[in-house]
Amino acid sequence: MGDKLLEIKNLITSFRIGDHYYAAVDNVSLTVNKNEVLGIVGESGSGKSALAFSVMGLHTKAKIEGSILFNGKDIVSLPKSELNGLRGDDMSMIFQDPLTALNPLMEIGAQISETLILHRPQMSLKERKDHVIELLNMVGIPRPEYVYEQFPHELSGGMRQRVIIAIAIANRPELLIADEPTTALDVTIQAQILDLVRKLKSEMGSGVILITHDLGVVAEMADRVAVMYAGQVVEIADVQTLFNNPKHPYTRSLLNSVPAEGQDKLHVIQGIVPALQNLPREGCRFAERIPWIESNTHEKDPVLHEISPGHFVRCTCYKHFYFPEEPKEAKVYGNTRG
Amino acid sequence: MAILEVEDLKIYFPIKAGIFNRTVDHIKAVDGVSFAIEEGKTYGLVGESGSGKTTTGRGIIGLEHITAGSVKFNGKDITNKKKKTKAISRDIQMIFQDPYSSLNPRKRVRDIIAEPLRNYENLTKQEEKKRVQELLELVGLSPESILKYPHEFSGGQRQRIGIARAIALKPKLIIADEPVSALDVSVQAQVLNFMQDIQKELGLTYLFISHDLGIVKHMCDDIAIMYKGRYVEQGTKEEIFNHPQHIYTKRLVSAIPDIDPSNREKLFQFRQEVQEEYDESYNEYFDSEGLAYSLKPISETHLVALPEKG
Repeated sequence: MGDKLLEIKNLITSFRIGDHYYAAVDNVSLTVNKNEVLGIVGESGSGKSALAFSVMGLHTKAKIEGSILFNGKDIVSLPKSELNGLRGDDMSMIFQDPLTALNPLMEIGAQISETLILHRPQMSLKERKDHVIELLNMVGIPRPEYVYEQFPHELSGGMRQRVIIAIAIANRPELLIADEPTTALDVTIQAQILDLVRKLKSEMGSGVILITHDLGVVAEMADRVAVMYAGQVVEIADVQTLFNNPKHPYTRSLLNSVPAEGQDKLHVIQGIVPALQNLPREGCRFAERIPWIESNTHEKDPVLHEISPGHFVRCTCYKHFYFPEEPKEAKVYGNTRG
Repeated sequence: MAILEVEDLKIYFPIKAGIFNRTVDHIKAVDGVSFAIEEGKTYGLVGESGSGKTTTGRGIIGLEHITAGSVKFNGKDITNKKKKTKAISRDIQMIFQDPYSSLNPRKRVRDIIAEPLRNYENLTKQEEKKRVQELLELVGLSPESILKYPHEFSGGQRQRIGIARAIALKPKLIIADEPVSALDVSVQAQVLNFMQDIQKELGLTYLFISHDLGIVKHMCDDIAIMYKGRYVEQGTKEEIFNHPQHIYTKRLVSAIPDIDPSNREKLFQFRQEVQEEYDESYNEYFDSEGLAYSLKPISETHLVALPEKG
């Protein structure tokens, strides 16, 4: 499907704790095509943000192995000067917290101009201002000429997030990484921001990586979804398949813990996401959170199995998984969400 | 009988200016809110940030000064009582939003949970320890954790410590201000299930404040929607979600993401329509200052803020 824009191959991002390196992203391979939204879901601590930061080259102390091909070019080993030429230009990122991602002492206009000055120094002052105002217009900020001279504290959270998006899209990036772009926002503003990201994607044909823990947002936005647990991708599928026919126990558990119509009791995943240095590195990493599943159903060294075209599931335990609160017979016929 | 009755509650914050620091104007954070909660029910207060929902909760428990109106608990007026009778302040407790900042990081779990007990009950050291351990067990934490500090727990566990503290005195009413919005979905599920369980067990009444409509739908019996300090609509869960009358409620309900990707296009379409209707009819539903009108009953339980006809 489509042209490959980003290809992540066997990426391992490890952080040093004490004398050892621990992999927060552990052998992840993913691709993002042009004009496609790849959703990445998982709980906090699953490694999804560490993955995004690795792509953007924002880790300063981490050890990064594997390769990240952006338009066919490996960017892991790229010197900083060349990487800076890409960041903010061909690929850019929308950060989670609009309160802290903006400089409080700088006018909005100047903050958006910064990225233009860096990547398009040939632009004249006037052109630049026009472009910034056009950007503000594009992200739906009313009275852009006025907002141009305002400071971040004068804007509401939703408006600030729009400014962040304006900065991210200033140079029409080919790859846009959105890390929990709407977590801090109200639902109506969330709907508007998501609408905006969707529009930008189709207008510019960019590839988008959408990182979120909100399954509703993924269901609305993504073309394909990767579910991450403990640094690994445990399931990848197109969005319809993932929501209608989820296979991996973690995916199914997550989906069942969201309040839905007619649901009395929410499913609770036992235990907690283990801390980085305590991650089980051998066998199925999710096994300890589904202790009622017999241990011989797990693979020794779980790999991703392609169970239908484009649908990958890690480990074999999914074949035997059932929820403890449902009768055991129901599991064989598989379909969980009716 | 209603356990909590709030009558025309107003909480204004002064805006001060000038050399004499005189009050020049007021921010009307809560502007004439009335409701009653039946014992054992969960009442949801929904609104976007800045709508005054948290201020309402804080006003009821006495953390904000009430400008006008009254709050009655079990028929007794508790408005602005600095020294509330002990019985009443034990009966109303609060669960705070952020489990990372609402627990004192320098105190051990034992001291955090025992604090309300020390204030209201004369227990010996042994009895106190036993009570704290019972409470910990009730919230699903191991009794050995009494010597630990908050940082040794995960977010969900911390929120449960906060809940243990809130239920230590066996309150009747708990004001839960966004109790799960800082938590991951699976942890959220844990806390919500737990809140429902102890509600049944202890016969609790909840005032559930949240901006997440999905969760409110799951938890609440009756729901009120707030906007700029006023109610725009109040009704049962069914009425609010299936027959919203006010355009603001409709817009809010339409903005909830749907977990089924096949509804995507339909949902966008619907949202667009509602947004258009919202833009067109904004002036009909809100007065010249952009505030909601006063509530008019359209059925026994369903109240909507609509303008006077004619």
